[in-house]
Amino acid sequence: MDTSFAQRRRRDLIVALVLAAIAAVVPFFVKDVYVQNIMVLTLMYAALSQSWNILGGYCGQISLGHALYFGLGAYVTTILFTKFGVLPWFGMLGGGAISAVIALALGYPTFRLRGHYFVIATIVIAEISYLLFLNWDWAGAALGIDIPVRGDSWAKFQFTRSKLPFYYFALVFCCVAWLVTWWLEDSKWGFWWRAVKDNPDAAESLGVVVFNSKMGAAAVSAFMTAIGGAFYAQFVSYIDPESVMSFHFSLLMALPAVLGGIGTLWGPVLGAVILIPLTELTRSFIGGSGRGVDLILYGAMIVLISLARPEGLIGLFSRRRKEVARS
Amino acid sequence: MTAATIIQSLASGLLMGLLYGLIAVGLALIFGLMDVTNFAHGEFLMLAMYGAFFMFAFFAIDPLLAAPLVAAGMFVFGAVIYLLVVRFAMRAKANIGMVQIFTTFGLAILIRGLAQFFFTPDYRSIPTSWLGGKTVSLGGIFLPVPQLVGALISLAAFGALYFFIKKTDFGRALEATREDAGAVALVGIDKNKVFALGWGLGSALVGLAGVVMAMFFYIYPDVGASFALIAYVTVALGGFGSVFGAFAGGIIVGLVEATTALIMPPSLKSVGIYAVYLLVVFIRPRGLFGSI
Repeated sequence: MDTSFAQRRRRDLIVALVLAAIAAVVPFFVKDVYVQNIMVLTLMYAALSQSWNILGGYCGQISLGHALYFGLGAYVTTILFTKFGVLPWFGMLGGGAISAVIALALGYPTFRLRGHYFVIATIVIAEISYLLFLNWDWAGAALGIDIPVRGDSWAKFQFTRSKLPFYYFALVFCCVAWLVTWWLEDSKWGFWWRAVKDNPDAAESLGVVVFNSKMGAAAVSAFMTAIGGAFYAQFVSYIDPESVMSFHFSLLMALPAVLGGIGTLWGPVLGAVILIPLTELTRSFIGGSGRGVDLILYGAMIVLISLARPEGLIGLFSRRRKEVARS
Repeated sequence: MTAATIIQSLASGLLMGLLYGLIAVGLALIFGLMDVTNFAHGEFLMLAMYGAFFMFAFFAIDPLLAAPLVAAGMFVFGAVIYLLVVRFAMRAKANIGMVQIFTTFGLAILIRGLAQFFFTPDYRSIPTSWLGGKTVSLGGIFLPVPQLVGALISLAAFGALYFFIKKTDFGRALEATREDAGAVALVGIDKNKVFALGWGLGSALVGLAGVVMAMFFYIYPDVGASFALIAYVTVALGGFGSVFGAFAGGIIVGLVEATTALIMPPSLKSVGIYAVYLLVVFIRPRGLFGSI
């Protein structure tokens, strides 16, 4: 079993390298700005869902309040840039650090909650922050903040003429999120998380430091989610509470992982590749009528996949893995 | 801020709280019965509001008369949702907790989409119901009649539910299944029937709440979302699964909301509720009346 686990990890890494290389050359063949836009969003959500997956999938703590960290990343970066002239790169790291600290502070009381109490606590905390930002005049309140254009440059992380720089940043972000997950999977934390997810009491009795490993997962997850928020703010160059901190985002971060396969390396990537283009296409082709056809498709798909493939779509590819497990 | 204003808002808060309790009690019932949280609960509420609206718009039936019809319709709807969807979510072999959460979440998005498609996103209201727009004065406190009647309906529904659970065979089967779903199968109770009944009852209760709300609230496809969150908070405050807890939780939530609205801008009135929820579960991780 040990060798097969190591083999699988090596194979995963090779597959990831090949996929990243393919993704890197795709924009040379796809010039359509609309399609490039969807590709950027797909990569971003793959990375965000990967970050969510660390806490929700590997550690089994279902958070439906990750919009808070996403929003914090966006707000910290934007406010530092517009009010203090701090370059987005530093803002991004600042937003990540603040989010990680807040995740730790919130984790301290919430990780004592089990099941639905935890899920609802995460929703409620994100909702409180959303309402506070909606009423916080200094941070733009409901009107939000426009990010002024200071010319295209990597230093200011602004590109008005081409989507490509954003695309490559999103690709790197996605690869880093994947690599972090890949690395954590085989770390002490990774084993602890799986134990915590399966049976927290048994894990505790076997000497797993349940609480600390949950805190670690929360911090890493929040940090990476905030990076995504900071990126998104630069990408759309306008933020308000509705567009970066609403419940909608918490759901959008969890869904690719759920669809693809919770607690797996490839689940979030697969889920995002299917879900995000589908959402964007239905939204622009039929959703524009405002009649909710996109919601209907989206909702039906979630119900069907949850029911038919509880282990996620990645389960379709895992026949070989089951054989390995059986042998 | 005079004493009269404070009493006035607490009285309105109490009325709203009883309604919150009614919205939440179905959720508590289903959770207590089978450990499932219906994340589409707000959409059930929204459907019932539309039910009341269409009864009024097409047949000029006043919400007060429509209430039993809408509740009956929601009973069937809830039972069907259990039989068609939730039953299968309960059979998942992997990630059962998440399957259940995301199935009902998906259902919520689906129902909201269907509502937008068929009913359009427009805001609607019932302009001339029998009770609409009337107020009564009780010792200097003015209370809107629809909310007052809604509170009375809630009290009656709580009483009826209590009677149903304690005194009827179905109610006893419900209690028994809640105690030990495996053991009741041995004495010949069909677990599926009891669960379907639980979903039916829970949906009928939120249906009743929807009719009441339709008398004084705008009706639109997204209306359920914020009320659902309040319902989860109410249920969690009371302790998941406790019908009495949902009742008490509702009253607490109504009073907290009214108090917050007195001291903070109106747009922040829910913050008080959420904060109290966090405070309570941090101190008692299973809610006020939940068993530890």
